[in-house]
Amino acid sequence: MLEIADLHARAGGKDILRGIDLVIKPGEVHAIMGPNGSGKSTLANVLAGRESVEVTRGTVRFAGRDLLALPPEERAWEGVFLAFQYPVEIPGVSTMYLLKAGLNAIRKHRGEPELDAMEFLALVRDKLKLVEMDQAFLNRSVNEGFSGGEKKRNEILQMAVLDPKLAILDETDSGLDIDALRIVANGVNGLRNPQRSMLVITHYQRLLNYIVPDRVHVLSGGRIVKSGGKELALQLEKEGYAWIDTRADGGVKPAPAPTR
Amino acid sequence: MDRHPRGRRRQAGTGANPLKTTKRKRVSGGKGPASGKRAIAAKRAAIDTPTPGTNAETAPWLSAFAALEHDGWLRRDRWTAPLRRAALDRFAALGFPTTRQEEWRFTSVAPIARVPFRPQAAYQPNGLTPEQFERFTFEPWECSHLVFVNGYFAPELSTLRSMPDGVRVMSLAEALRTQRDAVAPHLGRLAGTDVNTNVFAALNTAFMQDGLFMEIPAGVAVDEPIHLLFVSSPHGRDLASCPRNLIVAGPGSQAAIVESYVNLDDGARYFTNAVTEIVVMQGAGVDHYKIEREGPAAFHVATVQAHLARDSRLASYNVSIGGALVRNDINVVLDGEGAECRLDGLYTLSGSQHVDNHTLIDHARPHGTSHELYKGVLDGRSRGVFDGRIIVRADAQKTDAHQVNKNLVLSEEALVDTTPRLEILADDVKCTHGATVGQLDEDALFYLRSRAIGQEAAANMLMQAFVSDVVHRIKIAPIRAGLECLLFTRLPREHRREAHT
Ligand SMILES: Nc1ncnc2c1ncn2[C@@H]1O[C@H](COP(=O)(O)OP(=O)(O)OP(=O)(O)O)[C@@H](O)[C@H]1O
Ligand SMILES: [Mg+2]
Repeated sequence: MLEIADLHARAGGKDILRGIDLVIKPGEVHAIMGPNGSGKSTLANVLAGRESVEVTRGTVRFAGRDLLALPPEERAWEGVFLAFQYPVEIPGVSTMYLLKAGLNAIRKHRGEPELDAMEFLALVRDKLKLVEMDQAFLNRSVNEGFSGGEKKRNEILQMAVLDPKLAILDETDSGLDIDALRIVANGVNGLRNPQRSMLVITHYQRLLNYIVPDRVHVLSGGRIVKSGGKELALQLEKEGYAWIDTRADGGVKPAPAPTR
Repeated sequence: MDRHPRGRRRQAGTGANPLKTTKRKRVSGGKGPASGKRAIAAKRAAIDTPTPGTNAETAPWLSAFAALEHDGWLRRDRWTAPLRRAALDRFAALGFPTTRQEEWRFTSVAPIARVPFRPQAAYQPNGLTPEQFERFTFEPWECSHLVFVNGYFAPELSTLRSMPDGVRVMSLAEALRTQRDAVAPHLGRLAGTDVNTNVFAALNTAFMQDGLFMEIPAGVAVDEPIHLLFVSSPHGRDLASCPRNLIVAGPGSQAAIVESYVNLDDGARYFTNAVTEIVVMQGAGVDHYKIEREGPAAFHVATVQAHLARDSRLASYNVSIGGALVRNDINVVLDGEGAECRLDGLYTLSGSQHVDNHTLIDHARPHGTSHELYKGVLDGRSRGVFDGRIIVRADAQKTDAHQVNKNLVLSEEALVDTTPRLEILADDVKCTHGATVGQLDEDALFYLRSRAIGQEAAANMLMQAFVSDVVHRIKIAPIRAGLECLLFTRLPREHRREAHT
C-alpha cells in the first residue's frame, strides 16, 4: 500500500526528515510515536503533499504510484487522507460544502456519478452517527469556533465520508477528554477494514488501547530509530524516549518542544 | 493587519477636541521589498499626471455643450438651463482633477480627460431588443426594469409594474419637463453640496440626460425594488453618458433601488459619469444598490449623495466588477438625530483595472450610527483604492461609527491603497476602523486540497468565503444569486498563481 524509502525532507531551511524507511501493507495499522519536534507531522504533511515541505531525497510509492509526483488533491483522489494535528478554521466555507465538493471530486476521479444534495445528505447523516456529531455542525463554517474535541471529531467525520485507502491521523487523540477519545477511537475502529491502512501518530499509549496497532515506530531526529509490536508503546509510556536516544544510530537529541 | 478600536471617548472640558486620524496603508501582494512596487506605481503615476485642468481637456466638453445648446437641446426643460450653465462654468474653471489633489492622489483621470468624449443628444433606439438585456436583469427577477441606453430612457425596452398609490416613478427627463415643482427643491441640492471639489458631479449637472425620478409619499412602502439598467452601446464613438437619478423618500416611507451599469460592445471605450441624489426624510428607509459591470475599456465615475433626516435609514451596496478606470464617491450626511447608515462595498479586480472607492460619512447630529464594510479581491496588475472618511461633528455626540476595509490580493503586482480618515470633533463617540490586506491563506488552501478539492476550486472557495459576508448582506435574492454566479465564473479564470512558497 505505502512504501517509503530513504525519505529526506526540509522545510524553512532546515533538514527535518533524515532518511525514513517504512512499509505499510493493506489493512495494517502502524503507530508513530516520538518526542516533540521529531518530524512526525512533517512526515504526515509530506505524504499529504504540503508544498512548503521540500523532499530532497527518497521515494514514496502508494498503491503502485509515485505519490510525490501528485498534487495534494490528486493524492486525496487516490485515497490518501490526513487528519490534521491542528485542523484549520475556514470562515465562510461550510463543512457540508467542503465535503460534498471533496467527495464528488473523488467520485468523479473514480468514474462514479456525483451525488446530489439529497444523496449526499443521506450519506453524511449516516457518518455523523459514527462520531456522534449533530447535523448542525455541517452548516457551520469549517472548524470555526469548534472546540478542540469537535475539531478532531470533524476530522474523523471527513475521513468517514471521503473513505480513504490510507488514513494518516496526526495526534487526533491530543486534547480529548475520555469520552471524546472513546468516540474518536470508536469512529476510527469502525473504519478499520482489510483494505484500509492507517498511520496513527500519537504521544499516548491510551489511544493504542482502543486502536491496537500492528506496528509501532519511534521517530526521533527525523529518523525511525526503533520499531516493534504494540508492546513497544507500553514500554515508551513507562520509560520515555531517553533510552532510545542513546541507542539511535547517530542519535539526535530531540528538538525542544514547540510551544502550543 | 491593524485594528484601532477607539473606545467611547470621554473628555473633560467643553471645548471641542478635534481628533484627526489619517492612516494610509499601501500594500501589494508581493513578498519582496515593497519599494519595488512603489517605484513601479510612481512611474505609472508620473506618466499619467497631467497638467492641471488644461483647456485642451475641457474644450471638447464646452464645445459639445455649445453644440447641444445650438440644436435646442436645452429647450425641453428650459428651467434647468441656468443650473446647467452654472455647473458647466464650474467645470471649466476647475478642470479635471489631478493627482496633486488630496481626493485624487491615487487615481489619475488623465485617460478620461484626454479623450474628446461626447454625450448623445437624444434617444436612439439602435434596434435593440429586450432579449439583449436578459443577461443583465438577474433573471428570474420579477420587478420593474427601467432601461436607459446611452443615457436616455428606452420606454419600449422597459417594464414598469404597478406602484402603490401616490408613488411617482418616471424618467428624470420627463420629470424635468412635467414635475418641476417636485424636482426643483432637490435637484442639484445635494450633489451640489460638494461641487467645489466634485468636478464630475458638476459635469454631470451640465449634461444630465436621464435616469430615475422617484417620489414616495409619506408612510408608503414600495415592496418591489426598481431596477435601473444603464446600457452603453457606443458603436465606435467616444460616447459619454450622464445618468442622473433623484429619489425622494417621504417621511416613514420605504423603497429599494438598484442601479446596474452594463455595456453591449465589450472592448469599446466609453465614459459613464453618473450622479444619484437620495433624500431620506424622517423615519424613512432606502436601500440603494449600485452594481457596476461596465466593459473592460470603459471609464466610470459616479457620485451617490444621500441626505438622511431624523431616525431615517440608508443601506448602500456598492459593487464594482467591470471597467478599466472606476471611481465611486458615496457621500452620506446623517443630518438628523438617530439616523443610521450601512455602507457595504465589494470590488473584484483583475488585469489592469483601477477602482477607487471614496466614502464620506458625515455625522452631523447626535445618536447616529454608521457601519461600513468594504471588501476587495485583486488580481493581475489591478489597483484598488479605498478612502473612508468619517466626520463626527461637535454636535454629534453618542455617534457609533465602524469602518472595515479588507482586501485579498492574489498576485504580486496588484496594489491596494487603503486610507481611513477619521475627523472626530465630538468627545463622546464610539469610532472604530480597521484595514487589512492579505493573501490567500496557504494553510486553508492546503486543507481544502487535502480534502480532494482541486487547486482552482479551492482558491475560488476561499475567495467566495472572503466576500461571503458582504454578498449575504444583499437582501434581494436574485441579485445575490446573480452576483455569486458572476463572482464564481470570473474569479477562478483569473487565478493563475501557483500555490507554493
Ligand atoms: N515550515 C517549517 N519551517 C521551519 N521549521 C519547521 C517547519 N516545519 C516544521 N519545522 C520544524 O521541524 C521540526 C519537526 O516538526 P514537526 O511538526 O514535524 O514535529 P512533530 O514531531 O510533529 O512534533 P509534535 O509532537 O510537537 O507535534 C520542528 O522543530 C519544527 O519546528
Ligand atoms: Mg506534530
